[in-house]
Amino acid sequence: MFEKALVGSKRYWTWVAFLLALTGIGAILYLWQLKVGLKITGMGRDVSWGFYIGNFTYLVGIAAGGVMVALPFYLHNYKAFGRIVVLGEFMAVAAVIMCLSFIIVDLGKPMRAFNVLFHPTPNSILFWDMVVLNVYLLLNIFVGWNALQAERNDVPPPTWVKVLAVFSVAWAPLIHIVTAFIYQGLPGRHYWLTAIMAPRFLASAFTSGPALLLVIALIIKRYTKFDPGEVAIQTIGKIVTYCIIINVAFFFFEVFTSFYSQIPGHMQHFKYLFFGLEGHGIMAPLMWISIIGMITASILLVIPGIRRNETTLALCCILVVISTWLDKGPGLMAGGFIPNPLHEIVEYWPTLPEALITLGVWALGFLILTVLYKIAISVHEEIEA
Amino acid sequence: MYDGGKVIIGLIVLFIICTFPFFYNMGRAAKVPEPKLDTPAIKKLPEWERVCVQPTPWMRANHMRLLDHWRNWALREANREYIGFNGKRYTISLQNTCLNCHSNYDKFCNECHSYMGIKPYCWGCHLQKPKEWAKGELKEGR
Amino acid sequence: MEVNRRQFLKSIGLFTILGIGGWSAFELLVPGQIEAQYARKKEALRAKRWAMVIDMTKMDEETAKRCIEACRRIHNIPDFYHPVDPKYKVDPKKARRWEIKWIWLEPFEHAFPDLEEKFMPESLKEKLFVVLCNNCDNPPCVRVCPTKATWKREDGIVMIDFHRCIGCRFCMAACPFGSRSFNWGDPRPYVNYRNPEFPTREKGVVEKCNFCAERIDKGLLPACVEASNGAMTFGDILDPNSEVRRLLREHYTIRRKPHLGTEPQVYYIIM
Repeated sequence: MFEKALVGSKRYWTWVAFLLALTGIGAILYLWQLKVGLKITGMGRDVSWGFYIGNFTYLVGIAAGGVMVALPFYLHNYKAFGRIVVLGEFMAVAAVIMCLSFIIVDLGKPMRAFNVLFHPTPNSILFWDMVVLNVYLLLNIFVGWNALQAERNDVPPPTWVKVLAVFSVAWAPLIHIVTAFIYQGLPGRHYWLTAIMAPRFLASAFTSGPALLLVIALIIKRYTKFDPGEVAIQTIGKIVTYCIIINVAFFFFEVFTSFYSQIPGHMQHFKYLFFGLEGHGIMAPLMWISIIGMITASILLVIPGIRRNETTLALCCILVVISTWLDKGPGLMAGGFIPNPLHEIVEYWPTLPEALITLGVWALGFLILTVLYKIAISVHEEIEA
Repeated sequence: MYDGGKVIIGLIVLFIICTFPFFYNMGRAAKVPEPKLDTPAIKKLPEWERVCVQPTPWMRANHMRLLDHWRNWALREANREYIGFNGKRYTISLQNTCLNCHSNYDKFCNECHSYMGIKPYCWGCHLQKPKEWAKGELKEGR
Repeated sequence: MEVNRRQFLKSIGLFTILGIGGWSAFELLVPGQIEAQYARKKEALRAKRWAMVIDMTKMDEETAKRCIEACRRIHNIPDFYHPVDPKYKVDPKKARRWEIKWIWLEPFEHAFPDLEEKFMPESLKEKLFVVLCNNCDNPPCVRVCPTKATWKREDGIVMIDFHRCIGCRFCMAACPFGSRSFNWGDPRPYVNYRNPEFPTREKGVVEKCNFCAERIDKGLLPACVEASNGAMTFGDILDPNSEVRRLLREHYTIRRKPHLGTEPQVYYIIM
């Protein structure tokens, strides 16, 4: 089936070339980082994880979010998702590859990455994250590819594919729970040290994943003959709506606990993020955009007229994607590390090379996504022709 | 055969790429490494004591494995003493034991490493002895 | 069963991978004739659980700086504010971000953020406290390390294996005391004084105070303790007759963030 990715319109090749160029820029800058070290980033001893790990966390959510179309289809035989489910699986593949790439670019000694396998350490959550992410990647590659192949040959997918598909549905939340555990089990980081971190991660994953999928599906619908189906789009719209509301609610649960209890250690991170502390507040505008964006999207999506109109629905979903990214990417990092454990404030902002390497990883992910989607869509077009 | 011409050109290109290193280095035999043992610390020793922690042929073949064990024993198990093949006790330390005698990095370590085309990263952290040591101008244990 | 071409190629590929992987595994499993001929040094200091008491009544700023300098020199710690060669000069903001801290000074409010009192004695409030890795008995940094590059020795010292660290910095996120530093770049251009007996670090690994494990194993006290004129005491906290225990018996001491349950092993006599 791979040959489908090698033939395409001029627009397809332009897009591929554009992504390749961005990936190339990122790769060259990464080589530089490899040579001189992570000092080319904006990170430091106080904010020791930054843009890379923030994007990693967000993309684990995108990967897990694909399950919101896989679950109704495989577990409840929800036929309307029949066409889009493979898009969800392929999005998970691209997202997990981006996650793993972000981990690699964040390592100080990437050539030693295999030490995690040579010296397996079950008490480290990072070890388990490596396990769950790689298993999830393999599951989605196998299920997506074989389901598509079966569809092409007009035969039902083999039983083992269905078994794996159900397994991967169960596995999806795991990748995000384990990723949340990386943060929520650390003493002395009050912003992260909360049992609701994992539920919050899941809620934001289950809104941002489907939202991104919906936007991409509508773009594909516009430019190809592929139509995910009216019902599928509307159902995803509802999923996004419920989950963004839950996500906003969880955020306010956090705010309530911190501010009603009045425990300074818990309040200070929120204060820093939204109002700034001691004259430091570069995160504040972003955080306000994030929370206002999430609330606005929640309100708009509840209104049936707006949700049913594909254009406004898509715009709301874009708002969801951006506002949850701000919250879970940069917001999570800055909130966790600032103020530092000694209650000093050292701010963080990514440098240009750091941002371009990040963009390169995103471009690599979208390149993989484009190729996989091209294959899936060509197969669908072939079946329909 | 479809596209026979293209396939043959491809094969030729592949052949050239794969064999390029051989052509490139043809007629330029690399000098056989001769690691030098004439550092001041070694010269100071009487003839019969000029031995390493294990016999020379063994060291030549296994020093990297020994060092790998050494770093685990010393750092991870706090066992910082090694009993050599002749019963002599040595401090387990690349920087303070090995390099004290072998203070001539270029003429000893690098002689073989560059011949073999390998770049161990030991010296990224472990400091070579100051140049003066190799010349015998600076005394040990300052 | 008939094997078609596709399956044949697949199996060839699989066996190649197994073959390459298998050979190196074989090499690892047969380590030659390296016999475990090693021992602990006779003169090594031994304890069930090392701990430190810092008497802040004796620790004036002068003494503290001497301790810090001793540590800096012995462990080849870089100083990003003062490069060896002026061409490596960086602006102070970067220098602050990259700083490597093994032992350093903090005012009371930062050293003990939860214990700061509004109306506490000025002398205490303005005093600079010597802080270092607490070598916790229940260290979160060890718990999170994915490669066992950081671990707790039998005598309680929390160690880092610079050979093994992959630089993921999970330990830095886990440490509630900010005691861990990362080498964002090559430290050597900033190591002003090179102790030829101790390694420097490479870029990309985490480092911190190791209670001078390399000196203890040679029978020496930690460098800062030696330089402290008695303001720092190092000893076995599980030995009831040790000097450390005597001090803890005779003085009320505090620790940094004991409520987090990490069991810090650096105790402070504050008055």
